[in-house]
Amino acid sequence: MTVRRATVGGHTHEFPSLVELLAKASPARSGDVLAGCAAGSAAERVAAQTVLADLPLATFLDEQVVGYDEDDVTRLVLDTHDRAAFAPVAALTVGEFRDRLLQWAAAGDEAAISALAPGLTPEMVAAVSKLMRTADLVAVGRRTRVVTALRGTLGLPGRLASRLQPNHPTDDPLGVTASVLDGLLHGCGDAVVGINPATDSPARTVELLELLDAVIRRYEIPTQSCVLAHVTTTLRALEAGAPVDLVFQSVAGTQPANRSFGVTLDLLAEARAGALELGRGTVGRNVMYFETGQGSALSAGAHLGVGGRPVDQQTLEARAYGVARHFAPLLVNTVVGFIGPEYLYDGRQVLRAGLEDHFCGKLLGLPMGVDVCYTNHAEVDGDDTDTLTLLLGAAGCTFVIAVPGADDVMLHYQSLSFTDVLTARQVLGLRPAPEFEAWLARMGLLGDDGRVRELAADAPAARELLAAARP
Amino acid sequence: MTGPGPAATGPDPAVTGPDPAGLPPDPWAALRSLTRARVALGRAGDALPTARELEFRVAHAAARDAVHAPLDPAVLRAALPGREVLEVHSAAPDRATYLQRPDLGRRLAEGTALPPTGADLAVVLADGLSPRAVHEHGPGLATALLDRLPGWSVAPLVVASQARVALGDAIGAALGVRAVVVLIGERPGLSAADSLGAYLTWDPRPGRVDAERNCVSNVRPPHGLTHEQAAATLAALLTAARELGASGVALKDEGPALPAGAG
Repeated sequence: MTVRRATVGGHTHEFPSLVELLAKASPARSGDVLAGCAAGSAAERVAAQTVLADLPLATFLDEQVVGYDEDDVTRLVLDTHDRAAFAPVAALTVGEFRDRLLQWAAAGDEAAISALAPGLTPEMVAAVSKLMRTADLVAVGRRTRVVTALRGTLGLPGRLASRLQPNHPTDDPLGVTASVLDGLLHGCGDAVVGINPATDSPARTVELLELLDAVIRRYEIPTQSCVLAHVTTTLRALEAGAPVDLVFQSVAGTQPANRSFGVTLDLLAEARAGALELGRGTVGRNVMYFETGQGSALSAGAHLGVGGRPVDQQTLEARAYGVARHFAPLLVNTVVGFIGPEYLYDGRQVLRAGLEDHFCGKLLGLPMGVDVCYTNHAEVDGDDTDTLTLLLGAAGCTFVIAVPGADDVMLHYQSLSFTDVLTARQVLGLRPAPEFEAWLARMGLLGDDGRVRELAADAPAARELLAAARP
Repeated sequence: MTGPGPAATGPDPAVTGPDPAGLPPDPWAALRSLTRARVALGRAGDALPTARELEFRVAHAAARDAVHAPLDPAVLRAALPGREVLEVHSAAPDRATYLQRPDLGRRLAEGTALPPTGADLAVVLADGLSPRAVHEHGPGLATALLDRLPGWSVAPLVVASQARVALGDAIGAALGVRAVVVLIGERPGLSAADSLGAYLTWDPRPGRVDAERNCVSNVRPPHGLTHEQAAATLAALLTAARELGASGVALKDEGPALPAGAG
């Protein structure tokens, strides 16, 4: 183990391991204080960043943050590492890597940035993000191209898709349908129409899958549905012959954290194979949907790395992307403000985390979206979510999540409203996924200016859609 | 503030038309009647109309104030006449620390002294994430519960500030009781800022885990459980826990069924 040190302001700071170096270089957030790994002072943080900037990027291939023998996420990442893809940056330090990314971004060289993904490890990407400011994360994120498809194409330039989240406290079919229709009338749902079920029962999951499938087929909507049940529940739905477009699962960055979710890599592979076999895609074959979020490993007590040292939550989050990318997902999103103020305390921390997660996910090759959200005991409000949403739109975020009126009446937290998606698209000149946009036009939901019209209830398109909400 | 009202903006005349499908007079109202979700809010350009925006802020403000309004032990004492009340504080010195350091909210402040009682039961009224919930429902539920436990010896009531559920373990251990019930404010949502939860732990001591507790949540008359309903469930759970000598998952399996939504 190498002790690394830097002198800042006449004081020498020592970092006895890579784990501590990454943690102390991380911008401030409550979860790292809770874990006991945050920098103790501003000077110590910048000292760690100074050391990190001079660290050869290749160090992360030789020195682990979470042990290879103990953790299957580490093994997955290192065993599938692509040295050829790594070659263009193999000789760089972390600081030089930041500079190179910014040069490519400024030159609009999407191909150079996007080709790196198989050659990068989560720790490399987390490390460089810690040296980046907000605008750096936006600038590079926007030039990192990840395109995926199932019945619609996501991640194309100039597009911002949305997950329509029609949750209901009792999974009532008409209640769910009402929220689905409201979202469609607002031009939302191109990434997925995805329900968090109120219970994890296999029978209910099948009912909800059939309900969403019926709406999608009735109106021939080029999108996909998902019931965000546990992967084992979705496996049972697949066995029962249910119309499963996407297999959902929450994943985290360590083997014990995934175990606490009841997930193994084999289980994910099995479910993916089952969904692929159904062949429900029309323009692509990406059939997985993952959610992640900073703090999930710590909340499961599964956040320790080499030497039993606590790993910072942003590095662990990037490791979750190392799991997700192995399964070629259609969608991945971080749920950035959901877990609570003990992990991300206020709007500033949520903003930073949302942009880091988007940047790291994209750089690792994921179709990265964000659930821009908050709970009522965090120091966050609609002004903060507006700021993050507009920055994510500028950063080329694949999709955001939207619920009626920003109020999720089942999970009891606030996400974006359907109108927040419309505002972001309008302000930034972004459009829905192309197949979905064409459907909106066919349905008479788009005006001549390309914006989603506000319809009277007796307009033909509204009349046709609202008919689905009648018992 | 509950659901949204009628849409504030008018229709686009270019896309209105006759109604051969025979829809009810206001289909948006019909859509709203199907769910508590905030559907059919209308639009002001690509944003929400002012009235809908303000409704949302009213609900969020109520939730925020419920989190941050301090616990007032005098309010609780006044609502519990004739009962001995002790006051304790967790190791979290203020609200900001409490919200960021759940570990401190589970420990008593340094130097806290509680008298050993050897009683059967202690009841803790804890602020949790909604002091308002404890103000409104804590004394009523505590009184209803103790009225149902005539054979039990009861330690003085404890009012706990900046407290998490597990602070009850430290309090129960210090008081030397066989069981502790923590009545604690639940995290406010937009639709409910005054919901109280009750957590029962047999043989309380630091290190107990959540699987060793039983919970009755959503005590919030008239929308949630009444004080009497929650007290009846808790009294039955306490009786069963005393027979079993344990609480938590084991008790849930063998004891009385919890009411729907109380788990």
